[in-house]
Amino acid sequence: MKSKGFLKELNIFYQCKQYDVPLFECPQFLFMAMGAVIILTTVASYLIGARYIVDLELVVLIVVVVTSILLVLAFIIMKSFERLAEANRMKTEFVSIVSHQLRAPLSNLRWGLDALITGKEGVTDTQADYLEILKENTARMTKMISDLLTVSRIDQNSLNLAEEEVSVEDLVNQVLNENKFYAEATNIKIELNIEKNIPPVSADPIQLRLAIENLFNNSIKYIKEKGVISISLLKKGNNVLFEIKDSGVGIPEIDQKHIFKKFFRSKNALRQETQGTGLGLFICKSIIEKTNGKIGFTSQENEGSVFWFTLPLKTGQK
Amino acid sequence: MAKILFIEDEAALQKTLGGRLKEKGFEVTAALDGETALNIIKSTKIDLILLDLILPRKSGFEILRELKENAETKDIPVIILTNLENMKDIEQAMEMGATTYLVKTNYSLDEVVEKIKATLEK
Repeated sequence: MKSKGFLKELNIFYQCKQYDVPLFECPQFLFMAMGAVIILTTVASYLIGARYIVDLELVVLIVVVVTSILLVLAFIIMKSFERLAEANRMKTEFVSIVSHQLRAPLSNLRWGLDALITGKEGVTDTQADYLEILKENTARMTKMISDLLTVSRIDQNSLNLAEEEVSVEDLVNQVLNENKFYAEATNIKIELNIEKNIPPVSADPIQLRLAIENLFNNSIKYIKEKGVISISLLKKGNNVLFEIKDSGVGIPEIDQKHIFKKFFRSKNALRQETQGTGLGLFICKSIIEKTNGKIGFTSQENEGSVFWFTLPLKTGQK
Repeated sequence: MAKILFIEDEAALQKTLGGRLKEKGFEVTAALDGETALNIIKSTKIDLILLDLILPRKSGFEILRELKENAETKDIPVIILTNLENMKDIEQAMEMGATTYLVKTNYSLDEVVEKIKATLEK
Protein backbone atom coordinates (compact mmCIF):
# COMPACT_ATOMS: atom_id res chain seq x y z
CA MET A 1 0.00 0.00 0.00
CA LYS A 2 2.74 2.39 1.11
CA SER A 3 5.03 1.72 -1.86
CA LYS A 4 2.11 2.32 -4.18
CA GLY A 5 1.59 5.73 -2.60
CA PHE A 6 5.30 6.48 -2.99
CA LEU A 7 5.22 5.55 -6.66
CA LYS A 8 2.23 7.82 -7.11
CA GLU A 9 4.25 10.65 -5.57
CA LEU A 10 7.02 9.99 -8.09
CA ASN A 11 4.66 9.94 -11.07
CA ILE A 12 4.86 13.61 -11.99
CA PHE A 13 2.38 13.27 -14.83
CA TYR A 14 -0.25 12.08 -12.36
CA GLN A 15 0.65 14.88 -9.94
CA CYS A 16 0.48 17.54 -12.61
CA LYS A 17 -2.85 16.26 -13.87
CA GLN A 18 -4.26 16.85 -10.39
CA TYR A 19 -3.28 20.52 -10.53
CA ASP A 20 -4.95 20.81 -13.90
CA VAL A 21 -2.12 22.92 -15.39
CA PRO A 22 0.02 22.36 -18.50
CA LEU A 23 3.25 20.42 -17.98
CA PHE A 24 5.46 23.50 -18.36
CA GLU A 25 3.61 25.26 -15.58
CA CYS A 26 3.66 22.32 -13.20
CA PRO A 27 6.17 22.69 -10.32
CA GLN A 28 6.82 18.94 -10.03
CA PHE A 29 7.70 18.64 -13.69
CA LEU A 30 9.87 21.76 -13.61
CA PHE A 31 11.75 20.51 -10.57
CA MET A 32 12.45 17.23 -12.32
CA ALA A 33 13.62 19.15 -15.38
CA MET A 34 15.88 21.28 -13.23
CA GLY A 35 17.34 18.21 -11.57
CA ALA A 36 18.03 16.68 -14.97
CA VAL A 37 19.71 19.86 -16.20
CA ILE A 38 21.91 19.99 -13.09
CA ILE A 39 23.00 16.37 -13.42
CA LEU A 40 23.62 16.61 -17.18
CA THR A 41 25.59 19.83 -16.96
CA THR A 42 27.66 18.66 -14.01
CA VAL A 43 28.66 15.55 -15.94
CA ALA A 44 29.25 17.58 -19.11
CA SER A 45 31.32 20.19 -17.25
CA TYR A 46 33.39 17.43 -15.72
CA LEU A 47 34.01 15.77 -19.05
CA ILE A 48 34.79 19.01 -20.86
CA GLY A 49 36.81 20.31 -17.93
CA ALA A 50 38.85 17.07 -17.82
CA ARG A 51 39.58 17.22 -21.52
CA TYR A 52 40.32 20.97 -21.84
CA ILE A 53 41.77 21.57 -18.41
CA VAL A 54 44.27 24.00 -19.94
CA ASP A 55 41.46 26.16 -21.30
CA LEU A 56 40.23 27.68 -18.05
CA GLU A 57 38.07 30.28 -19.81
CA LEU A 58 35.99 27.57 -21.43
CA VAL A 59 35.27 25.96 -18.05
CA VAL A 60 34.26 29.32 -16.59
CA LEU A 61 32.04 29.99 -19.59
CA ILE A 62 30.30 26.64 -19.12
CA VAL A 63 29.67 27.37 -15.44
CA VAL A 64 28.21 30.78 -16.33
CA VAL A 65 25.90 29.33 -18.98
CA VAL A 66 24.72 26.54 -16.69
CA THR A 67 24.08 28.94 -13.84
CA SER A 68 21.97 31.17 -16.11
CA ILE A 69 19.92 28.21 -17.30
CA LEU A 70 19.32 27.19 -13.70
CA LEU A 71 18.32 30.74 -12.79
CA VAL A 72 15.79 30.89 -15.62
CA LEU A 73 14.36 27.51 -14.61
CA ALA A 74 14.13 28.55 -10.97
CA PHE A 75 12.30 31.70 -12.05
CA ILE A 76 9.79 29.69 -14.09
CA ILE A 77 9.22 27.36 -11.14
CA MET A 78 8.61 30.28 -8.84
CA LYS A 79 6.12 31.74 -11.32
CA SER A 80 4.23 28.47 -11.56
CA PHE A 81 4.02 28.28 -7.77
CA GLU A 82 2.68 31.82 -7.76
CA ARG A 83 0.01 30.84 -10.25
CA LEU A 84 -1.06 27.88 -8.11
CA ALA A 85 -1.13 30.02 -4.98
CA GLU A 86 -3.19 32.63 -6.82
CA ALA A 87 -5.66 29.97 -7.99
CA ASN A 88 -5.99 28.78 -4.40
CA ARG A 89 -6.53 32.29 -3.12
CA MET A 90 -9.20 32.91 -5.75
CA LYS A 91 -10.99 29.71 -4.81
CA THR A 92 -11.10 30.72 -1.16
CA GLU A 93 -12.28 34.20 -2.05
CA PHE A 94 -14.90 32.76 -4.36
CA VAL A 95 -16.30 30.58 -1.58
CA SER A 96 -16.38 33.56 0.73
CA ILE A 97 -18.18 35.86 -1.73
CA VAL A 98 -20.67 33.23 -2.82
CA SER A 99 -21.48 32.31 0.77
CA HIS A 100 -22.08 35.90 1.77
CA GLN A 101 -24.27 36.49 -1.25
CA LEU A 102 -26.29 33.34 -0.56
CA ARG A 103 -27.02 34.49 2.95
CA ALA A 104 -29.09 37.45 1.83
CA PRO A 105 -31.83 35.41 0.11
CA LEU A 106 -31.65 32.88 2.93
CA SER A 107 -32.44 35.46 5.56
CA ASN A 108 -35.38 36.55 3.41
CA LEU A 109 -36.55 32.95 3.26
CA ARG A 110 -36.10 32.37 6.96
CA TRP A 111 -37.94 35.44 8.08
CA GLY A 112 -40.63 35.04 5.44
CA LEU A 113 -41.32 31.51 6.68
CA ASP A 114 -41.19 32.72 10.28
CA ALA A 115 -43.77 35.36 9.48
CA LEU A 116 -46.06 32.68 8.03
CA ILE A 117 -45.54 30.06 10.71
CA THR A 118 -45.74 32.27 13.78
CA GLY A 119 -47.82 35.06 12.24
CA LYS A 120 -51.38 36.07 12.84
CA GLU A 121 -52.60 35.08 9.38
CA GLY A 122 -52.98 31.44 10.39
CA VAL A 123 -52.38 28.43 8.16
CA THR A 124 -53.99 25.01 7.90
CA ASP A 125 -52.25 22.00 9.47
CA THR A 126 -51.10 20.68 6.11
CA GLN A 127 -49.72 24.05 5.17
CA ALA A 128 -47.98 24.24 8.53
CA ASP A 129 -46.33 20.86 7.85
CA TYR A 130 -45.01 22.04 4.51
CA LEU A 131 -43.83 25.28 6.01
CA GLU A 132 -41.90 23.34 8.66
CA ILE A 133 -40.22 21.30 5.93
CA LEU A 134 -39.22 24.52 4.17
CA LYS A 135 -37.96 25.95 7.42
CA GLU A 136 -35.85 22.89 8.22
CA ASN A 137 -34.31 22.95 4.78
CA THR A 138 -33.59 26.65 5.01
CA ALA A 139 -31.84 25.94 8.31
CA ARG A 140 -29.84 23.16 6.67
CA MET A 141 -28.74 25.43 3.86
CA THR A 142 -27.83 28.13 6.36
CA LYS A 143 -25.71 25.65 8.29
CA MET A 144 -23.93 24.54 5.12
CA ILE A 145 -23.12 28.11 4.13
CA SER A 146 -21.98 28.89 7.61
CA ASP A 147 -19.67 25.84 7.48
CA LEU A 148 -18.30 26.93 4.11
CA LEU A 149 -17.62 30.40 5.48
CA THR A 150 -15.85 28.96 8.51
CA VAL A 151 -13.72 26.81 6.21
CA SER A 152 -12.84 29.76 3.99
CA ARG A 153 -11.82 31.66 7.12
CA ILE A 154 -9.68 28.75 8.26
CA ASP A 155 -8.07 28.67 4.79
CA GLN A 156 -7.44 32.40 4.84
CA ASN A 157 -6.06 32.11 8.33
CA SER A 158 -8.63 34.60 9.51
CA LEU A 159 -10.71 32.47 11.87
CA ASN A 160 -10.37 34.64 14.93
CA LEU A 161 -11.52 33.00 18.12
CA ALA A 162 -12.67 34.90 21.17
CA GLU A 163 -10.95 34.05 24.45
CA GLU A 164 -13.47 33.69 27.21
CA GLU A 165 -13.72 31.67 30.35
CA VAL A 166 -15.88 28.75 29.31
CA SER A 167 -17.29 25.77 31.16
CA VAL A 168 -17.11 22.79 28.82
CA GLU A 169 -19.74 21.06 30.95
CA ASP A 170 -22.22 23.88 30.26
CA LEU A 171 -21.56 23.66 26.55
CA VAL A 172 -22.02 19.88 26.55
CA ASN A 173 -25.30 20.26 28.38
CA GLN A 174 -26.50 22.95 25.98
CA VAL A 175 -25.66 20.80 22.98
CA LEU A 176 -27.39 17.79 24.56
CA ASN A 177 -30.51 19.71 25.43
CA GLU A 178 -30.89 21.13 21.97
CA ASN A 179 -30.04 18.01 20.02
CA LYS A 180 -31.09 15.05 22.11
CA PHE A 181 -34.51 14.84 20.53
CA TYR A 182 -32.78 13.67 17.34
CA ALA A 183 -31.24 10.88 19.37
CA GLU A 184 -34.52 10.01 21.07
CA ALA A 185 -36.33 10.06 17.73
CA THR A 186 -33.93 7.44 16.38
CA ASN A 187 -33.87 5.14 19.43
CA ILE A 188 -30.42 6.12 20.60
CA LYS A 189 -29.58 5.94 24.27
CA ILE A 190 -27.29 8.55 25.71
CA GLU A 191 -25.04 7.77 28.67
CA LEU A 192 -23.39 10.63 30.50
CA ASN A 193 -20.39 10.63 32.75
CA ILE A 194 -19.47 14.16 33.74
CA GLU A 195 -16.96 14.78 36.51
CA LYS A 196 -18.01 17.44 39.01
CA ASN A 197 -16.29 20.81 39.38
CA ILE A 198 -14.05 20.80 36.36
CA PRO A 199 -12.37 24.22 36.08
CA PRO A 200 -13.15 26.35 33.02
CA VAL A 201 -11.08 26.58 29.85
CA SER A 202 -10.18 29.63 27.79
CA ALA A 203 -12.06 29.34 24.51
CA ASP A 204 -14.54 30.84 22.08
CA PRO A 205 -17.88 29.54 23.44
CA ILE A 206 -19.71 29.70 20.10
CA GLN A 207 -17.01 27.88 18.16
CA LEU A 208 -16.28 25.31 20.86
CA ARG A 209 -19.97 24.58 21.07
CA LEU A 210 -20.00 24.09 17.33
CA ALA A 211 -17.16 21.57 17.64
CA ILE A 212 -19.01 19.60 20.35
CA GLU A 213 -22.23 19.77 18.37
CA ASN A 214 -20.50 18.45 15.24
CA LEU A 215 -19.07 15.48 17.17
CA PHE A 216 -22.42 14.75 18.81
CA ASN A 217 -24.36 14.96 15.57
CA ASN A 218 -21.85 12.71 13.82
CA SER A 219 -22.35 10.09 16.53
CA ILE A 220 -26.10 10.17 16.02
CA LYS A 221 -25.87 10.24 12.24
CA TYR A 222 -23.68 7.21 11.89
CA ILE A 223 -25.53 4.86 14.22
CA LYS A 224 -27.63 2.38 12.28
CA GLU A 225 -31.09 2.07 13.80
CA LYS A 226 -30.67 1.96 17.56
CA GLY A 227 -27.53 2.25 19.60
CA VAL A 228 -25.71 3.92 22.47
CA ILE A 229 -23.70 7.10 22.74
CA SER A 230 -21.53 7.56 25.84
CA ILE A 231 -20.22 10.99 26.58
CA SER A 232 -17.64 11.56 29.27
CA LEU A 233 -16.00 14.72 30.51
CA LEU A 234 -13.08 14.30 32.86
CA LYS A 235 -10.27 16.30 34.34
CA LYS A 236 -6.95 14.84 33.31
CA GLY A 237 -3.93 16.61 34.72
CA ASN A 238 -4.13 20.18 33.54
CA ASN A 239 -6.56 19.32 30.78
CA VAL A 240 -10.19 18.57 30.35
CA LEU A 241 -10.85 15.44 28.31
CA PHE A 242 -14.07 15.18 26.33
CA GLU A 243 -14.88 11.79 24.89
CA ILE A 244 -17.80 10.63 22.84
CA LYS A 245 -18.21 6.96 22.04
CA ASP A 246 -20.81 5.60 19.68
CA SER A 247 -21.90 2.20 18.49
CA GLY A 248 -22.10 3.41 14.92
CA VAL A 249 -20.79 2.26 11.56
CA GLY A 250 -17.20 3.14 12.42
CA ILE A 251 -14.54 4.33 10.03
CA PRO A 252 -12.77 1.83 7.75
CA GLU A 253 -9.04 1.72 8.40
CA ILE A 254 -8.22 2.90 4.89
CA ASP A 255 -10.20 6.11 5.43
CA GLN A 256 -8.95 6.88 8.92
CA LYS A 257 -5.98 9.02 7.96
CA HIS A 258 -8.18 11.27 5.82
CA ILE A 259 -11.00 11.72 8.29
CA PHE A 260 -10.07 15.26 9.37
CA LYS A 261 -9.48 16.40 5.80
CA LYS A 262 -11.67 19.02 4.22
CA PHE A 263 -14.60 17.63 2.14
CA PHE A 264 -13.58 14.04 2.92
CA ARG A 265 -16.36 11.58 3.54
CA SER A 266 -15.75 7.95 4.27
CA LYS A 267 -17.35 5.45 1.88
CA ASN A 268 -19.40 3.74 4.57
CA ALA A 269 -20.44 7.15 5.90
CA LEU A 270 -21.87 7.91 2.48
CA ARG A 271 -23.80 4.65 2.56
CA GLN A 272 -25.22 5.37 5.98
CA GLU A 273 -25.99 9.04 5.57
CA THR A 274 -26.06 10.68 2.20
CA GLN A 275 -26.28 14.20 3.58
CA GLY A 276 -23.14 15.90 4.75
CA THR A 277 -20.42 18.10 3.34
CA GLY A 278 -17.36 16.51 4.89
CA LEU A 279 -16.56 19.75 6.65
CA GLY A 280 -17.64 19.02 10.23
CA LEU A 281 -14.52 17.23 11.46
CA PHE A 282 -12.20 19.56 9.56
CA ILE A 283 -13.83 22.48 11.38
CA CYS A 284 -13.69 20.62 14.73
CA LYS A 285 -9.98 20.00 14.36
CA SER A 286 -9.23 23.60 13.42
CA ILE A 287 -11.25 24.97 16.35
CA ILE A 288 -9.75 22.60 18.93
CA GLU A 289 -6.20 23.13 17.73
CA LYS A 290 -6.63 26.90 17.62
CA THR A 291 -7.79 26.68 21.23
CA ASN A 292 -4.47 24.96 22.07
CA GLY A 293 -6.11 21.57 22.37
CA LYS A 294 -5.68 18.17 20.78
CA ILE A 295 -8.24 16.04 18.96
CA GLY A 296 -8.21 12.42 17.90
CA PHE A 297 -10.20 9.23 17.55
CA THR A 298 -10.12 5.49 17.50
CA SER A 299 -12.50 3.53 15.38
CA GLN A 300 -13.41 0.05 14.27
CA GLU A 301 -15.53 -0.52 11.23
CA ASN A 302 -19.02 -1.80 12.08
CA GLU A 303 -18.39 -1.43 15.82
CA GLY A 304 -18.18 2.27 16.42
CA SER A 305 -15.91 5.22 17.02
CA VAL A 306 -14.54 7.18 19.93
CA PHE A 307 -13.77 10.82 19.27
CA TRP A 308 -11.98 12.83 21.93
CA PHE A 309 -10.43 16.20 22.50
CA THR A 310 -8.45 17.77 25.31
CA LEU A 311 -8.22 21.45 26.19
CA PRO A 312 -5.90 23.06 28.72
CA LEU A 313 -7.68 24.15 31.90
CA LYS A 314 -7.42 27.80 32.83
CA THR A 315 -5.95 26.96 36.22
CA GLY A 316 -3.33 24.87 34.51
CA GLN A 317 -1.95 27.87 32.66
CA LYS A 318 0.87 29.86 34.05
CA MET B 1 -44.70 53.10 22.13
CA ALA B 2 -41.07 52.85 21.05
CA LYS B 3 -40.13 54.24 17.67
CA ILE B 4 -37.79 52.12 15.59
CA LEU B 5 -35.97 53.23 12.47
CA PHE B 6 -35.27 50.21 10.26
CA ILE B 7 -32.47 50.95 7.78
CA GLU B 8 -32.52 48.07 5.28
CA ASP B 9 -32.51 48.07 1.50
CA GLU B 10 -34.27 44.72 1.12
CA ALA B 11 -37.96 45.42 0.85
CA ALA B 12 -38.77 41.81 1.77
CA LEU B 13 -37.06 42.16 5.14
CA GLN B 14 -38.82 45.46 5.73
CA LYS B 15 -42.03 43.55 5.24
CA THR B 16 -41.27 40.52 7.42
CA LEU B 17 -39.36 42.04 10.34
CA GLY B 18 -40.98 45.46 10.03
CA GLY B 19 -44.39 43.77 9.94
CA ARG B 20 -43.64 41.61 12.97
CA LEU B 21 -42.42 44.63 14.94
CA LYS B 22 -45.62 46.51 14.11
CA GLU B 23 -47.65 43.51 15.27
CA LYS B 24 -45.75 43.64 18.55
CA GLY B 25 -46.75 47.25 19.01
CA PHE B 26 -43.68 49.12 17.84
CA GLU B 27 -43.84 52.10 15.56
CA VAL B 28 -41.58 51.29 12.63
CA THR B 29 -40.20 53.73 10.09
CA ALA B 30 -38.50 52.21 7.07
CA ALA B 31 -35.48 53.69 5.33
CA LEU B 32 -34.07 51.99 2.24
CA ASP B 33 -30.80 53.92 2.24
CA GLY B 34 -28.55 55.99 4.48
CA GLU B 35 -29.46 59.49 3.25
CA THR B 36 -33.15 58.88 3.80
CA ALA B 37 -32.40 57.47 7.23
CA LEU B 38 -30.33 60.47 8.32
CA ASN B 39 -33.06 62.83 7.10
CA ILE B 40 -35.71 60.96 9.07
CA ILE B 41 -33.60 61.13 12.23
CA LYS B 42 -33.30 64.90 11.85
CA SER B 43 -37.05 65.37 11.88
CA THR B 44 -38.31 62.51 14.07
CA LYS B 45 -37.46 61.30 17.55
CA ILE B 46 -36.19 57.72 17.29
CA ASP B 47 -35.72 55.29 20.20
CA LEU B 48 -33.77 52.56 18.44
CA ILE B 49 -32.09 52.03 15.09
CA LEU B 50 -31.82 48.75 13.20
CA LEU B 51 -28.96 49.09 10.76
CA ASP B 52 -27.89 46.90 7.86
CA LEU B 53 -24.22 47.20 6.89
CA ILE B 54 -24.34 46.72 3.13
CA LEU B 55 -26.47 49.54 1.79
CA PRO B 56 -26.56 51.50 -1.47
CA ARG B 57 -24.47 54.71 -1.65
CA LYS B 58 -23.71 55.11 2.03
CA SER B 59 -22.54 52.02 3.91
CA GLY B 60 -23.84 51.04 7.33
CA PHE B 61 -20.46 51.87 8.86
CA GLU B 62 -20.60 55.42 7.48
CA ILE B 63 -24.10 55.88 8.82
CA LEU B 64 -23.02 54.53 12.21
CA ARG B 65 -20.09 56.95 12.29
CA GLU B 66 -22.29 59.92 11.44
CA LEU B 67 -24.82 58.90 14.07
CA LYS B 68 -22.17 58.59 16.75
CA GLU B 69 -20.45 61.86 15.81
CA ASN B 70 -23.65 63.85 16.14
CA ALA B 71 -24.42 64.87 19.74
CA GLU B 72 -28.16 64.58 19.13
CA THR B 73 -28.09 61.03 17.82
CA LYS B 74 -25.12 59.49 19.58
CA ASP B 75 -27.17 58.03 22.44
CA ILE B 76 -29.71 56.22 20.29
CA PRO B 77 -28.97 52.48 20.58
CA VAL B 78 -28.02 50.92 17.24
CA ILE B 79 -28.52 47.23 16.54
CA ILE B 80 -26.52 46.01 13.56
CA LEU B 81 -28.53 43.54 11.49
CA THR B 82 -26.42 42.11 8.71
CA ASN B 83 -25.23 39.07 6.83
CA LEU B 84 -21.56 39.85 7.42
CA GLU B 85 -20.02 37.69 10.09
CA ASN B 86 -16.32 38.54 10.04
CA MET B 87 -14.69 39.14 13.38
CA LYS B 88 -13.21 42.28 11.82
CA ASP B 89 -16.64 43.76 10.98
CA ILE B 90 -18.07 42.81 14.36
CA GLU B 91 -15.17 44.39 16.23
CA GLN B 92 -15.27 47.51 14.10
CA ALA B 93 -19.01 48.00 14.59
CA MET B 94 -18.79 47.47 18.35
CA GLU B 95 -15.82 49.84 18.63
CA MET B 96 -17.77 52.45 16.72
CA GLY B 97 -20.52 52.28 19.30
CA ALA B 98 -23.09 49.75 18.09
CA THR B 99 -25.10 48.23 20.95
CA THR B 100 -25.59 44.75 19.53
CA TYR B 101 -24.47 42.89 16.42
CA LEU B 102 -26.83 40.31 14.94
CA VAL B 103 -26.27 38.08 11.92
CA LYS B 104 -29.64 37.80 10.21
CA THR B 105 -29.58 34.12 9.32
CA ASN B 106 -28.74 33.15 12.89
CA TYR B 107 -31.91 34.58 14.44
CA SER B 108 -35.61 33.99 14.00
CA LEU B 109 -38.02 36.92 13.78
CA ASP B 110 -39.10 36.53 17.38
CA GLU B 111 -35.51 36.28 18.59
CA VAL B 112 -34.75 39.60 16.90
CA VAL B 113 -37.83 41.13 18.52
CA GLU B 114 -36.61 39.87 21.91
CA LYS B 115 -33.17 41.41 21.34
CA ILE B 116 -34.80 44.72 20.46
CA LYS B 117 -36.95 44.61 23.61
CA ALA B 118 -33.92 43.79 25.74
CA THR B 119 -31.95 46.68 24.24
CA LEU B 120 -34.80 49.14 24.83
CA GLU B 121 -35.13 48.05 28.46
CA LYS B 122 -31.45 48.70 29.19
